[in-house]
Amino acid sequence: MKAINEAENISSRIRKDRVFLGLVVFFSVITVSPIILIISKLIEKGYKQLSFGFLVEKTPDTMEAMTAIANNELIPGGIVNGILGTLLMVAMAAVIAIPIAIITGVYLYENQGKWLANITRNVSDILQGVPSIVLGLISYLWVVKYVTNGFSALAGSVSLAIMMLPMIVRSTEETLKMIPQTLKEAGLALGIPYWRVLTGILIPTGFSGLMTGILLAVSRVIGETAPLMLTALGSRAINMNISKPTSAIPLLIWEFYNDPNMVDMIWSSSLLLMIIVLAFNLTAKQFAANRK
Amino acid sequence: MNTNILQVKDPILAIENLSVAYDKNVAVKDVTVGIKKNTVTAIMGPSGCGKSTLLRALNRMHELYENIHTTGSVTLNGEDIFKMSAIKLRRQTGMVFQRPNPFPTMSIYDNVIAGYKLNGINQKKQERDEIVERSLRDVALWDEVKDSLTKKGTFLSGGQQQRLCIARALAFNPEIILLDEPTSALDPVATSKIEDLLITLKEHYTIIMVTHNMSQAARISDYSLFMYLGELVEYGKTKNMFTNPQDRRTEEYLTGKFG
Ligand SMILES: Nc1ncnc2c1ncn2[C@@H]1O[C@H](COP(=O)(O)OP(=O)(O)O)[C@@H](O)[C@H]1O
Ligand SMILES: [Mg+2]
Repeated sequence: MKAINEAENISSRIRKDRVFLGLVVFFSVITVSPIILIISKLIEKGYKQLSFGFLVEKTPDTMEAMTAIANNELIPGGIVNGILGTLLMVAMAAVIAIPIAIITGVYLYENQGKWLANITRNVSDILQGVPSIVLGLISYLWVVKYVTNGFSALAGSVSLAIMMLPMIVRSTEETLKMIPQTLKEAGLALGIPYWRVLTGILIPTGFSGLMTGILLAVSRVIGETAPLMLTALGSRAINMNISKPTSAIPLLIWEFYNDPNMVDMIWSSSLLLMIIVLAFNLTAKQFAANRK
Repeated sequence: MNTNILQVKDPILAIENLSVAYDKNVAVKDVTVGIKKNTVTAIMGPSGCGKSTLLRALNRMHELYENIHTTGSVTLNGEDIFKMSAIKLRRQTGMVFQRPNPFPTMSIYDNVIAGYKLNGINQKKQERDEIVERSLRDVALWDEVKDSLTKKGTFLSGGQQQRLCIARALAFNPEIILLDEPTSALDPVATSKIEDLLITLKEHYTIIMVTHNMSQAARISDYSLFMYLGELVEYGKTKNMFTNPQDRRTEEYLTGKFG
């Protein structure tokens, strides 16, 4: 009698296990399917257009595109103006944001519990929640109106840099907090001044963590469109002058969207953008894994 | 005057009325003691009695934390340690921690020379080589690592890492070496190597070591300090203290009644 009960019990448990496993798989698939659908769609629609020329040629004008479509050819040209613009603005944003954010992160780490540090941390968190278009607006008010007197790559970079700040501040503080206190004490006990302990011991020790934060911040702002619309504006020409309007990959995607002749370019540009963002993300993951 | 506290003539380190408090909690109370040059002095006592707190006052580690307040005076070779620059003091007092903590991004070589390099002291390569070799020989690690100086310090075994940390502390030729339970994270073989090492090192250095291992104190120390609830209860030759403790609390601790 007891044996039978037990057998029933076990088989019902196995059934429950199966149901549970089924649910887990089901929800996992739901979670990952959007990204798979996105990537496969981008590849399907974008790969044709994605040639070497696409990476090194400027955006065609709408007449060229129309002619090509009428002749059943691929749209000529590429998005090198956007690629270089993104490179310029993101690099400049990183150069602006990284030192400020790391110094702030160090300050927060060294002043745990102090009121000014707490305020700074909260403000930084709030900044992280500010919609990116608002940051674009602020950069417009500061830089476009007063510094470059017109739309410019610099203004774009400033809006992206403000976006990057809180992410890097956070990751710097968290990374430093994970480093054993005795490493810092050991450095100071050798009579090494604090700033050299910081630059020679703590930052190298936390390098992977800092890089993870920086790369994730970069990959986050690469795809930003809204703030650039209000600051960098866009350009069909290659521009490396930081005080002039400049293109960017996401800006081009927006422009292509608004031009019926350019629709095919949307997909290839998005595919390229996606590849770049993924590359940054995967590299960041690699650094995070190195933290062991 | 407390007769259970030995008076040392010409101490290298003279601690007078030293008190240390964490916020309002006084962890070291009015300690007065002189440390003799070229000896091993053990700081003993039950857990939480203030051994580490006393040791860390001696290289002004407490200054890193705003909630810690130190009063009293300490002189090193007659010079007030609270009046000299912390950097100068810390070059004259090496510190070794409970767990081996080599700098993880640095090679064995760079760990030993870190004090010089990170202080921006310019040296010829040959000078650096000599310091590294001398320091590693001092801790009997040279033969084990001389072919792998460029490897990370963290690849070494725990005992080797701790000897590397001692070498790092010796590189500046300090007057005093402060060690806080340096063998508590090590196996018996590594422990006995470090104990032997400390005995040879006292020829050139003055060693102050916190330990809660009584037999270790008995094996290697010349003088012992016994602390209880933040107070210095007894100080004297280790031999005398173990054979004939003056204070009842010392006796109870040494006979294992508490601790
Ligand atoms: N960082 C700290 N903050 C507050 N109290 C501390 C701190 N470190 C130690 N203490 C307190 O000071 C007393 C002595 O500690 P410690 O010197 O570490 O003892 P020991 O090394 O003898 O075990 C203990 O009561 C402990 O709780
Ligand atoms: Mg302790």
